[in-house]
Amino acid sequence: MTLQGWLLIAAFTTITLALARPVGLWLFALYEGRRTFLHPLLGPVERGFYRFSGIDPTEDQGWRRYAVHMLIFNAALLLLTYALLRMQALLPLNPLGYGPVGEHLAFNTAISFTSNTNWQSYAGESTLSNLSQMLALTIHNFLSAATGIALAFALFRGFARRNATGIGNFWADITRVTLYLLLPLCIVLALFYIASGVPQTLAGSVDVTTLEGIRQTLALGPVASQEAIKMLGTNGGGFFNANSAHPFENPTALTNFVQMLSIFAIGTGLTYTFGKAVGNVRQGRAILAAMMILFLAGTTVTYWQEAAGNPVLHHLGVAGGNMEGKEARFGIAASSLFSVVTTAASCGAVNAMHDSFTALGGMIPLINIQLGEVVVGGVGAGIYGFLLFAILAVFVAGLMVGRTPEYVGKKIESREVKLAVLAIAVLPLIILGFTTIAAILPAGLAGPLNKGPHGFSEILYAFTSAVGNNGSAFAGLTANTPFYNGMLGVAMWIGRFFIIIPMLAIAGGLAAKRHTPEGAGSFPTTGPLWTGLLVGIVLVVGGLTFLPSLALGPIADHLAMIHGQLF
Amino acid sequence: MFNDLTSALRPALVMTLLFALLLGIAYPLVLTGVGQTVFPSQANGSLVRDKGVVIGSTIVGQAFTSDRYFHSRPSAAGKGYDGLASSGSNLGPTSEALVDRVKGDLQTYQAAAPGRLVPSDLVTASASGLDPDISPEAAFYQADRIARTRNLPVATVRALVEQNVDRPMLGILGEPRVNLFELNRRLDAIGAKQVR
Repeated sequence: MTLQGWLLIAAFTTITLALARPVGLWLFALYEGRRTFLHPLLGPVERGFYRFSGIDPTEDQGWRRYAVHMLIFNAALLLLTYALLRMQALLPLNPLGYGPVGEHLAFNTAISFTSNTNWQSYAGESTLSNLSQMLALTIHNFLSAATGIALAFALFRGFARRNATGIGNFWADITRVTLYLLLPLCIVLALFYIASGVPQTLAGSVDVTTLEGIRQTLALGPVASQEAIKMLGTNGGGFFNANSAHPFENPTALTNFVQMLSIFAIGTGLTYTFGKAVGNVRQGRAILAAMMILFLAGTTVTYWQEAAGNPVLHHLGVAGGNMEGKEARFGIAASSLFSVVTTAASCGAVNAMHDSFTALGGMIPLINIQLGEVVVGGVGAGIYGFLLFAILAVFVAGLMVGRTPEYVGKKIESREVKLAVLAIAVLPLIILGFTTIAAILPAGLAGPLNKGPHGFSEILYAFTSAVGNNGSAFAGLTANTPFYNGMLGVAMWIGRFFIIIPMLAIAGGLAAKRHTPEGAGSFPTTGPLWTGLLVGIVLVVGGLTFLPSLALGPIADHLAMIHGQLF
Repeated sequence: MFNDLTSALRPALVMTLLFALLLGIAYPLVLTGVGQTVFPSQANGSLVRDKGVVIGSTIVGQAFTSDRYFHSRPSAAGKGYDGLASSGSNLGPTSEALVDRVKGDLQTYQAAAPGRLVPSDLVTASASGLDPDISPEAAFYQADRIARTRNLPVATVRALVEQNVDRPMLGILGEPRVNLFELNRRLDAIGAKQVR
């Protein structure tokens, strides 16, 4: 570990915290449907969208209607992507002449992008046409992110409203978020990426004769436009197979820094928006503090392990930290930091190969996802996931001290707790269940590249990443098979929508309740004690569930590594 | 419930279409237009031409295996530095295949400089398989060999490396590194001057 590395981590954390308020305020304006300085320009577009699709943006939807409209919209997007991928060969903008994407791969990819997972079973540069990248994938990057933020807004309204029947209008939420937040920011970011060396062209590739006289073909395409939303929307699906490690996706240390900041920007901003929505910004601050504690703890472990390096290689006469699967321009500090950011935030972009991390260094990304993607989390999904833990935490606190569970002015009763537990239990059930199936069946066992405990880690990571809607991988796993494409596709769908439905049910129930003013009997949900309790609940519920599986994978791998046992 | 469903159909279809046009077509095409006009070099891959032939991109690595060049890192992209198949090795820390590969590369390097520890990045595969850089240590490590094969004074080679080290931006962003495409081109330029 170096001083420079720690300064990088400190600078990243400081800027992230500083961005939370301005981003949160902007989001709050959209949450409330207020006019912004972009309205004169984009207002007509917004109104046009409503008029053509016959939407009344002022209609207040009950939670069932909100949920059904969200689901139907996502189903339409899913079908569009599946169709586009299957018909790729017949459509324009296919400079390298790629054929149709296979059935199970198209199934997997369509779900992957609809659910904001962006798991890549495909290798972008050798599978997808430019049109597929632009139309079939980029559109999801925007709209799955907008859907996440809309759902967070819906839950905020549940807490903020009193005796209300509705939780907002789904169409208004996604249109406003897309037009006034995601699109303008992405244009700025994409221009910055192009200026830094990220290609933006309709050409498919260029032939190079290298200095040694060898022929090299470099894949090109409209990369920058996709890169911008890929990070900002915590999607993570790269234009290229190597994702943000590819020099064309992430050419410099500065683009790398901006990419990391844009992964966290909306997720942390939403904690501030939540505080504003419930009328006390300290509520949001307590959540952000809990997230940052978990984030910094993870970063420390991964950086420490990666800098310490692989003792097996040291034995052979190699000096320095673990550079397998890392880029020289990022080095160990920025690669470790990126890996924690991208898994904490449900992004899943990678600038280094997690599969080649040291055993414990690679365990942190795994744990981050297993905690439920709530350490900042995906845009929208992070905060609504975290609020489910908050409901659980007030319930536990209520049991311990014998007080009525209340949270931000709402009584938390049996219905809320049951639904929260239902949503939270989906994650371990599917991750561990599907991992077990894959670790038994020959079709599953054919997947891992590495042998021994590390091979098990590859399977565990895949299902964790899918259900957590992260999308990063221990990429040695050969996942482009009917078995894995199918299983992972189902896992991603469940991981997204089986959490959303109970969450919206909670939002609807809370909105209908009356306000319970904070009294002497209320457990305070601001301040360090509450933050500590949140961290504890997340670790106990998320962490302990997965400990046995971690012992079989990364922990066994670590013990083998320090004793020089190879597989 | 049924009404919720039917009322969703028109907005879902029309919104999908409208957003597809805006986000999937207009957004990338407008950016392509602006990028091609304002940053034509970067937007097309930062390519370098020599007598009309594209000889490389300043930001994408290429394979250097000849003894006359500073070697690039091992690459898992296709058969090595394949620009259509970016990839890391994905070998885990306890992988026998990883250790065998590292041993093989170490033998080559250590035969030239016995007893010296080899910098980590020189014998490990990068994440993309297209890493354009190596660490300054990995470049200095190869200086003796370059001096020998090119008949140059070692001091000249080391000075060349020194001139080509990119320092971290603002002291914290990025590692000190050497871009191999630039370094090896300068190396060729020195050779050409001496022949003349």
